[in-house]
This record gives sequence, C-alpha cells and structure tokens, in this order.
Amino acid sequence: MKIAVCVSHVPDTATKIKIGSAEKIIDPAGVTYIINPYDEFAVEEALKLKEKFGGDSEVTAVSVGNDANKETIRKALAMGVDKGILLKTDVETDSYFVASALSGELKSGGYDLILFGKQSVDFDNSITGQLTAEMLGYNCISVVVLLNIDGNKITAEREIEGGREVISTELPAVITAQKGLNEPRYASLKGIMAAKKKVIEEKVLTDIQNKTEILKLRLPSPKNPGRIIGTDKSAVPELVRLLREEAKVI
Amino acid sequence: MPKKILIFIEQRENKLKKTSYETATVAHSIASALGYETEAVVIGGEIENINTIQSYGLNKIVHFKNSDLINYSSSAYKNIVSGYAKETGAEYVIFPNSSLGKDLAPLVSVNLNAGIIMDIIDFTINDNTITLTRPVYAGKALMDVKFNSDVKVFTLRPNVFKPVSSDSSTEIEIRNVDNPNLTNRVTESKKSEGKLDVAEADIIVSGGRGMKGPENFHLIEELADALGAAVGASRAVVDAGWRPHREQVGQTGKTVSPSLYVACGISGAIQHLAGMSSAKYIVAINKDKDSPIFNIADYGIAGDIFEILPAFTEEVRKLKA
Ligand SMILES: Cc1cc2nc3c(=O)[nH]c(=O)nc-3n(C[C@H](O)[C@H](O)[C@H](O)COP(=O)(O)OP(=O)(O)OC[C@H]3O[C@@H](n4cnc5c(N)ncnc54)[C@H](O)[C@@H]3O)c2cc1C
Repeated sequence: MKIAVCVSHVPDTATKIKIGSAEKIIDPAGVTYIINPYDEFAVEEALKLKEKFGGDSEVTAVSVGNDANKETIRKALAMGVDKGILLKTDVETDSYFVASALSGELKSGGYDLILFGKQSVDFDNSITGQLTAEMLGYNCISVVVLLNIDGNKITAEREIEGGREVISTELPAVITAQKGLNEPRYASLKGIMAAKKKVIEEKVLTDIQNKTEILKLRLPSPKNPGRIIGTDKSAVPELVRLLREEAKVI
Repeated sequence: MPKKILIFIEQRENKLKKTSYETATVAHSIASALGYETEAVVIGGEIENINTIQSYGLNKIVHFKNSDLINYSSSAYKNIVSGYAKETGAEYVIFPNSSLGKDLAPLVSVNLNAGIIMDIIDFTINDNTITLTRPVYAGKALMDVKFNSDVKVFTLRPNVFKPVSSDSSTEIEIRNVDNPNLTNRVTESKKSEGKLDVAEADIIVSGGRGMKGPENFHLIEELADALGAAVGASRAVVDAGWRPHREQVGQTGKTVSPSLYVACGISGAIQHLAGMSSAKYIVAINKDKDSPIFNIADYGIAGDIFEILPAFTEEVRKLKA
C-alpha cells in the first residue's frame, strides 16, 4: 500500500500569541514550533497500516512551507516514515494554496491513501484534507476515530455532534485523523538516528495563489476581571442570584 | 437578475437544525446590504419542520428529496450543492460550521473554484466587500480575512448569530433526486447515550483533575442535570481515562461557545482556555485563588468543590422547582 501523510509545522500549543509588526502574522520571536498534534495521529495510523499490509508498503511525509518544516518532517521520519518531501514556499499560505500544492505533488504518485490531521492548531481551518481529496478526485472521510481497510473497501467512524457516524467508501481516499484514532508512538533513539539518513526531497512551488487574504491579525479584547464572590458554600446563593439576575443565563 | 447568496441548511433525522435559522438570518442581512437574493438548499427525505424556515427572509428554498439522502453522503451532497450553486450563479455559498458543514463546504468550494473561510464569528461590509472575522490559534487571536475569488464559500460558527425571523413567506420547490452518487456515505449513526454534546450545549459543567477521581463525577453530572447542561472535561481527566474524549474541551478537544461554562477543579491551562474562553459567562470553582482560571472567570468561588458543588446543585434545583 502506498501511503502519504501530510504534516504541518505549527507553534507549540502553549505559545502566548503576540502580533507581528505587519499585523498579519504572529511574532515568531521565542515561539517553539512542533509537528501539528493531530498529524501525529495521522503518522501513527500510516505506520500501523504499513505494518499491517507489509510487502512493498511505503509511507511518505509531505509538508508545505519553508526550511523550518524539515524539522517536522524529521519528526515523522524518526517515528518510522520512509521518506519526506518538502514543497517549498516562503509566502503565507491559505488552505486552498496548501491543498493545491499537495494535490499537485500527490496526483501522479499512485497513492492509495492520504492521511491528514483533522486540523492544524494554528489557523484551525479543518479543511486541508477535504480540499486535497476533492482536487485529486479521491473519496474523503474527515475527523476519523476508527479506521478499517479491507481490500479497497473502507469503513470508518467519524466524530459528530452527540455521537459518531459509520461511513463506508472506497480507496483511493483521504482520511483526516481525530484524537482517539490511536496512540502515537514515541520516536526511539534508533529511529532518530535512522531519520538522519533518510531523504527529504525538496521542490520549489511556483504559480500557486491564495484565494483569501489576511487583512489583520489581532488579539481578542481582554475580558473584564471577574469577581471572586466567596470561599465556601455560603457564596452559592449569591452566585446563583448573579447568574439569574445579572448574567441572565439560568 | 439579482446576484445570489446560497445557503446550505442541515437536517438531522428529518428535522432542520437550529443553525439553519442562524444561517438564513446572516444571509438575509448580507443580501440586504448588497442588494442580492437568497436561496437555500436542503437535502433529505420528508423534512418534518421545513415550514419553520419559511419566515427567515429567504427568497426561495429548494428541497432535494430522496429518502436515501436522510443520512449524509458527501459524494451525493457535494454534487447537489455544487450543481445548484452553478445553476443559480451564486456568488456566496454559506454553510454552518457543524461537523457536516466542515466536511461538505471544502468539497463544494473546490467544485466552484471558490476561496473558503471557516468558522466565522463576525462580519462587516464596506463598499460591497465583505470582511470576515474568525478565531485562530484556538481563539488566542482573531483574524480579519477577505476573499480573492469570484465565488466565495464560508461557514458560520453555531450559537454566535442570533436568528431573527421576518414576515416573509418563502416558496419551497421540491426536486426529486434520481440515482444519487452514494460512493461515500453514512451507513449508521451512533448516539452517545442520549447525553447532550458539549459542542451544541448552551450550558456546560466541566470537571478537571480537582475532582480527584471518576467516582466523583456524579457531582458534576448532578449539577449539569439540574441546569440542563452538558458535561465537559479537561484533558488531564480524559487522559487519565476518567471521562471519554468526546467530552474534552480545549485546544485538542472541542471548542465551545456556550452562554455559561462552569469550570470545576480546572486550573485553566492555556490549552483549556483556548477551547472555552469565548463562552459568554464563565464560573470557576477552584480552591486555589491564584489559579489562572480566575483570570477569565466572570464569577468565582475560591473554595473546595466537594463542599460547593452539592450546594450549587441544591440551589439550582430550588430555583427550578
Ligand atoms: C499539545 C497539548 C494539547 C492540550 N490540549 C488540551 C485540551 O484540549 N484541553 C485541556 O483541558 N487541556 C489540554 N492540554 C493540557 C493542559 O496543558 C493541562 O495539563 C490541563 O488542562 C490540566 O487539566 P486540569 O485543569 O483538570 O488539571 P490541573 O492543572 O491539575 O488542575 C486541577 C485544579 O483543580 C484544583 N483543585 C484540586 N482539588 C480541588 C478541590 N477539592 N476543590 C477545588 N479545586 C480543586 C487545583 O487547584 C487545580 O487548579 C494540552 C496540553 C498539550 C501539551
């Protein structure tokens, strides 16, 4: 089975956001970047499928971005992915751009399955997998917490409001991974050493345009500091009164 | 011919979802500003309450009907919505940012070669150009975005826009769908034990590691029950296996915008705040008065949850009796 896993390079979730000077991106000073947490579930699933299907199964990690993204590709290689591709650009990209770049690269590769995280924790769009699937003419299942592949038939469970949906479709397909799909493995020391020898192919992107434009990035207006109305249960009647009469929410 | 705004309205088990009225209201307000017309697409079998959307200012509703389409099928739905958007030459296509909307909107946007912007919480119109606002970095920042494409697709965060009815009455056209493409489809829906989901709830009572163990979560459940609320949890609690992942609120859990969020024994780590800080009102109960959760709580009690929760539940029950 030929599998691709698309990985994005994002600020650590503990990052305190500061707005950059042009007010369009964050100030990168002091920010640590990591592999997008949801992409770790995608990488793990790709590796499990490779182990299951064996033979000449192969997993390729692909990322769109600049040289710094290689760090995230290396993380995937250290977990056990076979090789990496960096689609290079220095511009700020929107999801449509990223999906166009990925589908352009992946369309001639004969991939049976392409895995994504369900969303990147920077722009939180939750659409790159679906866009790529549609550009490639692949079937797509998003927000997957359970995946079964039998021949070219796929059954998956995806999370929805108040429950799950069981979906059936066929390969080739794109799957976007939700937490709960699996438990991502740690990269072993051996894996980290091996990753240093694996190839990351680099290709420069041209002729792709964004379809949206960021006008301004700003911080939400700070909340008014709240009130601590007590330290024991004697404060409860006052709390309930405030919720009813002042906030009017109960 | 006036230009068109098309909205997708969602049914579940043959009933329109609450987001339908929110989407119709936003479309109506944009259409009024731009001098456009609004149409809606709804897909399914018999839809029990379809008439209830007739008074939300839409010019026309087209109901694509086939009983095989009661359940979601991305392959069939995307063909219908993209096809109708092309037929009407719609310039805007708007979806709810629900699990279905998030799955379907990007597929449609590719078919229409349209830019796409997700999870809108606010918008402004100036000189016929629409600027959309969305939270990024799990709500730690806001981004104003505009389109560079002729056709424009976007989704609206549920629970943010208040539905407003108008005294119009919209024509409903029914089109029967023959042979829908069902290569990708829902074959079964599994409900999570009749409980309210955090993503849709108007009130959430959430428990953290301060609850000490799964055996104490009945205290959270009882308060949630009294308030008609959903139960939420911090990641620490979910990772410890005390509560299921679907209840996790935060950066790697669910992002919620309820009108009331009650955080019990939750410290307020940045990843937790990311998921719930846009709640209209936040109550924190935590014995450590220096916990960061108090920085964003509207009302706090700096005390022991095991003493305060039962009293809180009791007081709410008295109020509702
Ligand atoms: C990549 C990444 C993603 C993450 N995503 C999420 C996420 O989506 N959601 C999330 O919640 N976290 C997330 N986290 C974890 C987050 O950093 C915190 O570890 C977590 O939120 C802590 O949970 P907690 O508040 O329940 O526990 P703690 O931080 O242990 O807090 C427990 C609180 O309970 C109080 N307490 C204890 N006993 C009592 C008592 N008897 N009465 C009253 N108060 C009491 C304590 O004072 C303390 O403040 C993520 C972390 C990472 C690295």
